[in-house]
Amino acid sequence: MAADTRKKSQPARGANKARSPWREQAESYFTHHRKVAEDSARRLWRNPVASLMTWTVMGVALALPVALLLLLTSLQGVSAGWESSARVTAYIELDVPLERARVLSNEIAGDGRVASVELVDRDQALSEFRASSGLEDALDYLEDNPLPHTLLITPEEGARSTEGVEGLVRFVEGMEGVERVQVDLGWLQRLNAMTDLLARAVWALAILLAAAVVLVIGNTVRLSIESRRDEILVAKLVGGTDSFVRRPFLYTGAWFGLGGGIVALILLQLSLWWLSGPIERLAGLYRSDFSLDGLQFDGALALIIVAMLLGWLGAWVAVKRHLDDMEPGDIAGGR
Amino acid sequence: MIEFRQVTKRYDSDHTALRQVNFGLERGELAFLTGHSGAGKSTLLKLIMVMERPSAGEVVVGGQVLNRLPRRQIPYIRRHIGVVFQNHQLLFDRTVFDNVAMPLEVMGASPRDTGRRVRAALDKVGLLQKEKMNPMQLSGGEQQRVGIARAVVNKPPVLLADEPTGNLDPALSADIMNLFGQFSQVGVTVLIATHDIALINEMGRRTLKLDHGRLVTGGTSVIGGGASGR
Ligand SMILES: Nc1ncnc2c1ncn2[C@@H]1O[C@H](COP(=O)(O)OP(=O)(O)OP(=O)(O)O)[C@@H](O)[C@H]1O
Ligand SMILES: [Mg+2]
Repeated sequence: MAADTRKKSQPARGANKARSPWREQAESYFTHHRKVAEDSARRLWRNPVASLMTWTVMGVALALPVALLLLLTSLQGVSAGWESSARVTAYIELDVPLERARVLSNEIAGDGRVASVELVDRDQALSEFRASSGLEDALDYLEDNPLPHTLLITPEEGARSTEGVEGLVRFVEGMEGVERVQVDLGWLQRLNAMTDLLARAVWALAILLAAAVVLVIGNTVRLSIESRRDEILVAKLVGGTDSFVRRPFLYTGAWFGLGGGIVALILLQLSLWWLSGPIERLAGLYRSDFSLDGLQFDGALALIIVAMLLGWLGAWVAVKRHLDDMEPGDIAGGR
Repeated sequence: MIEFRQVTKRYDSDHTALRQVNFGLERGELAFLTGHSGAGKSTLLKLIMVMERPSAGEVVVGGQVLNRLPRRQIPYIRRHIGVVFQNHQLLFDRTVFDNVAMPLEVMGASPRDTGRRVRAALDKVGLLQKEKMNPMQLSGGEQQRVGIARAVVNKPPVLLADEPTGNLDPALSADIMNLFGQFSQVGVTVLIATHDIALINEMGRRTLKLDHGRLVTGGTSVIGGGASGR
């Protein structure tokens, strides 16, 4: 048929014209994208109240988990700070003389990971114990002092991580004349376990709220699809591909996401500002260096990108459900 | 250009809209499609547009069998077919120019190309001065012509029209029919569904007549042969 030759001749013609038509094609493709993006943004502006409501819903849903995550990170910072109080105690073997204990003490003090070492000799230890325990009489019955020399080691700032302390413990344990090394980390581990649990709860909440955001945007975009039904049908009628028809709505979703992300940032900043006074006072009472940190620039950027992706995803859900099966057959008329 | 081979279309129930329809249309041929209300005219046009799929038989457009066409290919077929409906389907949220530009926009034509071709199409239907107006500000006949401009703006090899002169006065109808005649002269295959017997007689073209889904006249056509069955 006539169209056969016509079809075959088309690619050949395109190839003959070489580069410039391709560039023109790409250019018009990007122009189209920009136009659609601008148009979708303008449509949101035209309904400021409705858009603002969607943005706010999304902003709240995003700000909540992010705020909790920030709080959690700050808490973890605190527990890292408390590790500084982690003390390593080394008990020297009973038969090691005081001179040897001094040598050990100096050797340990010379290590890079150690801030300071305090040597408590056995006599001093006994008298301290006597004073604090209230067992003076019982102790009098003992012939020998049962307590060993003790080294109280404070790790250097850089070695205050869990692994740092563990390395130090191994080093001290390996020394000649050291009987036993003890680290008081129990309460710290407990706190860590708690923040782990909390982190999981926050992530679960974040996922639920993200799903809610997707649904909210999906529903909003569905309404927008319905209100632009005629346009969609005509576009399909004149040969618009699915991706062409979807594009404005996907952009709409992304713009909802952008607005929601910005609202979330504003909410976070506001609550941070509102809370910063009381937190400072509280931290001052506990002599803690606890502070609630806001989002850095990259964090804010990540939040906005995630918000836009969620909006896009919501739009995608709506488009898949309501747009793809829209067929121009219904408007063709003549029924 | 267009060929129906034993095409039957059954809608969901046991209602049959088309029964074993056979006909062919050559390139540059203009034909009318007529028949009582509910005879299946719109259905036939929808099959060509792949808005509906046949229950049996084959619909061939431009050498392509549409039955097996995958869904994602449908838009590319539609770009080769211009359509005009009685309820012209113009969008009232944009100008006449933007309405006519839609087929070019979905193809990703460059703005320069678009401007040139839209003006050429509007010029052809005599509405060049109204490109900036909203279709709502136009009369029924003008709106109909905007619809025609949109259908031919990307120079499709096939033009379909469903009741294009439905509620126009005779003079305007004749104008529009002349326009269709011009398109067929430059090689466009034109198929017009209409009730307007007077108009059909006046034009003296090939007429396909449907009766309860059966093609009763005009089907004696070009399948396998070259002669056009006027
Ligand atoms: N989507 C559909 N679902 C079910 N039946 C349909 C559908 N479309 C059309 N029909 C039926 O198919 C038959 C043919 O309809 P069609 O629209 O093709 O008629 P027509 O010739 O265009 O009529 P008119 O002159 O009134 O426009 C009618 O009986 C109609 O009820
Ligand atoms: Mg009809």
